[in-house]
Amino acid sequence: MNSASFAEMSARQRLAAIVDDRSFHEWLPPSDRVTSPHLAQLGVPAAFDDGVAIGRATLSGRAIFVAAQEGEFMGGGVGEVHGAKLVGLLRRALRDRPDAVVLLAESGGVRLHEANAGLIDARAAGIATVMLIGGANGCFGGMGIVARCADTVVMSDIARHAMSGPEVIESSNGAGEFDSRDRALVWRTTGGKHRWLTGDCDVLVEDDPAAFRAAAIAALDVHRPMTLAALQQESMLLQWRTAIAGEGADAIELWTLLGVADARAVPDLDAAAVRVLRPAAVAPLANGGA
Amino acid sequence: MTGMETLHFEFDGGRVLAPFEPALVGVVASGNLEVLVESAPGAACRVDVDTSARGFGAIWEAVLRDFHARHGIAGVTVSIHDMGATPAVVSLRLDQAMSAVWGAPP
Repeated sequence: MNSASFAEMSARQRLAAIVDDRSFHEWLPPSDRVTSPHLAQLGVPAAFDDGVAIGRATLSGRAIFVAAQEGEFMGGGVGEVHGAKLVGLLRRALRDRPDAVVLLAESGGVRLHEANAGLIDARAAGIATVMLIGGANGCFGGMGIVARCADTVVMSDIARHAMSGPEVIESSNGAGEFDSRDRALVWRTTGGKHRWLTGDCDVLVEDDPAAFRAAAIAALDVHRPMTLAALQQESMLLQWRTAIAGEGADAIELWTLLGVADARAVPDLDAAAVRVLRPAAVAPLANGGA
Repeated sequence: MTGMETLHFEFDGGRVLAPFEPALVGVVASGNLEVLVESAPGAACRVDVDTSARGFGAIWEAVLRDFHARHGIAGVTVSIHDMGATPAVVSLRLDQAMSAVWGAPP
């Protein structure tokens, strides 16, 4: 195996190549079948080890704990079980004090759809799922996806919600694409008013705990069954929105195109004033549009 | 939602293997599969398949029957997680898994 490529090896081949010969003792081995409880419902076969092998071994005679992530399985994504195995390994290291913990890492990050699956599970079971978004740091990344899987999304006018955060977009596409320090731009592109006007948010409230509480109570009995027809309708509306937005439209331009009167005034209005401006055409995207 | 297909097969005959350590080969990835071979009580060769590709039960049966005829083993459970591997890849993985069983440290 002199000419072997580490990159081309599987996680288990790497383990065997790195630690002392036959010294690896695996915890929760594949035959224990500690697998993802979420993947089956997404139509994806589980892996017997959820994409990570953990255990103890020796390295040049020294005791180590070791984990190897399998990049071929879900891009090395850290699912619930996978993450718990890593956490367990590190906690056990605190207790047992090996000379080192060696992580053979290959991962695209956290397996977002597993968290979504849990939420979708609850929603499909008829349990109202409600997102209240109003903190200063907004709701981005994986939690941004989770939010859009819920029955109801409640936002304040100062809340923000998106997939990639402003800094992430700027660092990957440049300040010309999105200037994260332009606060007005950031809020009119990710803020509660924008999400309300484009149909991504179901309830727009003021930055007031009592308003959030009232919205949460109202959402307790809101259920949006995930039928094929409902998903197809949402998909069509999103396609329409993308089509009219065109290339590089600013939020104000988009609001105008969606049918918002005097869109330029929106950033200066309070939540109550913006609530009545939502165009009827986007209302079906949100359940609060009725 | 397009679900997985779960298939079960059982083949009789063959010699019962002495207990051995479980062996795992392959990876759950596109066009690939993982195969876990374990000792099992009884005199059957049982195969459980989870596959993302629906509607290939007859081909699975043919490939697995061929595998069983090739190795003539019993007292074994074979568990497969598949993501659309071709029959040739499946056969290779099954043979690789049996090599791992024979070569596995005690």
